[in-house]
Amino acid sequence: MKKSRRTFLKIAGVSAIGLGTGVGVKPVLNAFASSEEHGQTKVELIKGKDALTAKRWGMVIDTRKIHSLEDLEPVFEVCNKLHNIPHHDNKNHEIKWIWEEKFEHAFPGEYKYLNDRIKHLPFPVLCNHCEDPPCCRACPTKATFKRESDGIVLMDFHRCIGCRFCMAACPFGARSFNFVDPHTVLEESDINKDFPTRMKGVVEKCNFCAERLAVGKMPACVEASNGIIAFGDLEDPESEVRKLLKSNYAIQRKSGLGTEPSVYYIV
Amino acid sequence: MNDKNMIITGLVVFILIFTFPFWYNMGKAAPVPEPKLTEKAKAAGTCVRSAEYMRAEHMQLLDVWRDTVVRDAKRVYVNENTGKSYNMSLSNTCIDCHSNKEDFCDKCHSYASVDPYCWDCHIDKSKEEK
Amino acid sequence: MLELALKGSKKYWGWVIALLAVIGIGFCAYLFQLKIGLGITGMSRDVSWGFYIAQFTFLVGVAAGGVMVVLPYYLHDYKAFGRITILGEFLAIAALIMCLLFILVDLGQPMRMFNVIFYATPTSVLFWDMIVLNGYLFLNTVIGWNVLEAERNGIHYQSWLKPLIYLSIPWAVGIHTVTAFLYCGLPGRGFWMTAILAPRFLASAFAAGPAFLILLCFIVRKVTDFDPGKKQIQALAKIVAYAISINVFFLLCEVFVVFYSNIPEHKVHLQYLFAGLHGHGALVPFMWTSMALMGLGIILLVNPVTRKNESVLIVACIAVFAGTWIDKGLGMISGGFVPSPLHHVTEYAPTFPEILVTLGVYAVGFLVLTVLFKIATSVKEEVAA
Repeated sequence: MKKSRRTFLKIAGVSAIGLGTGVGVKPVLNAFASSEEHGQTKVELIKGKDALTAKRWGMVIDTRKIHSLEDLEPVFEVCNKLHNIPHHDNKNHEIKWIWEEKFEHAFPGEYKYLNDRIKHLPFPVLCNHCEDPPCCRACPTKATFKRESDGIVLMDFHRCIGCRFCMAACPFGARSFNFVDPHTVLEESDINKDFPTRMKGVVEKCNFCAERLAVGKMPACVEASNGIIAFGDLEDPESEVRKLLKSNYAIQRKSGLGTEPSVYYIV
Repeated sequence: MNDKNMIITGLVVFILIFTFPFWYNMGKAAPVPEPKLTEKAKAAGTCVRSAEYMRAEHMQLLDVWRDTVVRDAKRVYVNENTGKSYNMSLSNTCIDCHSNKEDFCDKCHSYASVDPYCWDCHIDKSKEEK
Repeated sequence: MLELALKGSKKYWGWVIALLAVIGIGFCAYLFQLKIGLGITGMSRDVSWGFYIAQFTFLVGVAAGGVMVVLPYYLHDYKAFGRITILGEFLAIAALIMCLLFILVDLGQPMRMFNVIFYATPTSVLFWDMIVLNGYLFLNTVIGWNVLEAERNGIHYQSWLKPLIYLSIPWAVGIHTVTAFLYCGLPGRGFWMTAILAPRFLASAFAAGPAFLILLCFIVRKVTDFDPGKKQIQALAKIVAYAISINVFFLLCEVFVVFYSNIPEHKVHLQYLFAGLHGHGALVPFMWTSMALMGLGIILLVNPVTRKNESVLIVACIAVFAGTWIDKGLGMISGGFVPSPLHHVTEYAPTFPEILVTLGVYAVGFLVLTVLFKIATSVKEEVAA
């Protein structure tokens, strides 16, 4: 009996391969044929003509122009509204792209005789879009990546598997996770239809308004900041940000870690 | 063989379960889907690409679009044959013309029983039941 | 050989059915998590990894511990361990399956998990973790199964297994080193950024794994006709004694470095764990209990009188296992995330659904362990007969 079972399996295996290659190939060839026909249409994928470009986008925040939280509230609000950032009552699930922290939290350290103004000043903090981002090194799918063309650290929500390794890797606590579906707390009437919401289970953070830069607009926070936030190409010596950095002393968060943040603070 | 009854019963149960989709849906064939165009879509005359191409390849097209927009910083799609350019956006370009998702997109998707997760993010949910 | 798992006493089947029930409940809890999202757990924006990843980290250690039986037998010809290498390998398989499941239940978008293969990123330690864990699972399955089958048929195992066995030894060290590298290369996390993290992980692994194996040996002796052997258990106990002593020594090294240098960024995490920070101290009693348990384990295992007494040995092994579980399973993760990079304290505690999912995964692991051990002990009983 053993012999005939083995023979049966051999014949079955060969037939399967034969059927597979013979019958299976034809539909595959058909599929290629159809795309050949339509391959006659030529398409081009290009940047919009208004798109702003830079070798490395950066930001300089002049904290001398901040007098109280009221100066910063429009900045946070416009970002939250434009990007459909949900407001969670449960602090554990909160999502923040740009928010305020006191100096001792934004720049951790021991400050015994800190100047009073700085001690109580609200500092806007956000993703620093580092030159050498540890979050991008950590991501196992390159769902978060540094765009070669302009240095912005972006999220690809379609690819993110929600492992949150990037959140552990970020030294600045800049990233948030969608613990629940944002639609459970978003008011449908408030949603900005021009920008997608996210789904549960993916990480998100500030994207330097890449969608606005692509159509020639400055990031929303920059426009709403009334001059507090300057934005430009850090590698262009004539840009506003470089000029500010040349004539003022500015600090970066946790500069000792070597991630080279693109966000500077004039104190 | 004592097991004969068990085996036959098991076989019958298996065949019943295996052929469930066929006899359960007997006589209830769903009609071929007919997606409806909006006035705006009819006025536009043609889509980003030809209708046959879109019917067969819109999934791959959207895949290319999303990677190009997010990862390559390029947002404009130029159809060199028709000379028209489009903003590569599901919510702002496609849905702008085909704003009747239930009568257009969902018609074929329901028929083919596919559930694309694009709608988790790229749709105005107030227009449909949650 | 799988048919050996289908014949068992009423107690065996009762245990299997109980495990299946727990798996069912855990699965329902997981479906709930899939529907609502990871928000049903206690994790937060500040503590973005919790119980699931903590269990995964601990269980990688238990899996690596199996090498402590394989190494002496195959590299140093310690013939006594020949009786129990299969138990170590099967324990590794069960532990690894649990590790992979814990990673899976922790993902926000698990249906996209194959993206790690489609878009392979060699700079990411998570990518290498996936490779080494699956590789070790494959090695142990192939080696364990074939060696056991050869033993059942009374012949020597096939020669092509030898290089695989030799490979599995550094690979075991590899799995826990890579898991440690997940943590110790992150620039913003002062608690984890220490060169001694990988050695400490290995030390605690070589304590927890063999300790659990000793407990399993006692259970096997009780419920089957196979006796792993007094000599074998004592040898394992000595290994646990050394490993737990080294683990505590490494911990004390960390304490010295952190408190003598007095650097706030590093001090603050141990302060949170052992004394509480800004009024938050939920983990303080757990951490001190863990120290006491590990200390008790050292005393009972190093002293030959208490080690040779098998009832005391059982207590010592439970103490070592529980102590290392708290140290790695609770302290490691929370300690790294609290305080946050912005020096805010957000505490973490697992929620009820989270615990149900965790128990479900543990039940899967124990089911695999039960089935594999049933097969192994049945073969040993057959051969002895």
